[in-house]
Amino acid sequence: MTVISTILLISGLIFFTGGSVGILRFPDFYARLHPAGKLDTMGLFMTLSGMAVYVLSDFTVSALLTALKIMLIVVFIFITSPTATHAIADAGMRAGLWPWARTREEEK
Amino acid sequence: MMAQVFFYTGIFLCVLMLLPLYRAVFGPTVLDRIIGVNAIGSKTTALLVLIGLLYQQVEMFVDIALAYATLNFIAVLATSRYFQKRKGLYEEPTNE
Repeated sequence: MTVISTILLISGLIFFTGGSVGILRFPDFYARLHPAGKLDTMGLFMTLSGMAVYVLSDFTVSALLTALKIMLIVVFIFITSPTATHAIADAGMRAGLWPWARTREEEK
Repeated sequence: MMAQVFFYTGIFLCVLMLLPLYRAVFGPTVLDRIIGVNAIGSKTTALLVLIGLLYQQVEMFVDIALAYATLNFIAVLATSRYFQKRKGLYEEPTNE
């Protein structure tokens, strides 16, 4: 059980690193939305399920309830994170921020 | 043994938070800052449950993490709703 949770935790961290580096390196605001929305959600899913597996290792009813609560957080994040990213993109679009296009330099 | 694993993952998460923190501080547009804050918030939720595991108080910390995730979501919605109208976004002239 502990091996599974360690593997899940490590993979969650890999997704988190991808997300954080992605936020820094991407050229434009809209491009940065991708890693922020997707990779953080996935990283969170992996890390929290790793912890849920660890909590489940001693199989009691209370541990089962806690693991279910952890999974509730994961489901909650799955619903809210895309909506939050959509709200940011919508705000950017409405405020007139045009997506960065590679051909933009020639247009000027 | 597992305590070390949780401890080092927690440390690694804290170090990871510095990258979106840079984006939140130096982000050219206001909305970049919101992304930075959103990224830090989601990492904190994971960190909270980790701390719960370290202190063998998982139930309490899971509730705190859930509350924190909700707050983070509402904060992002509120700020993005607020910054739609403001025009503090033009770091370079957009081709309108």
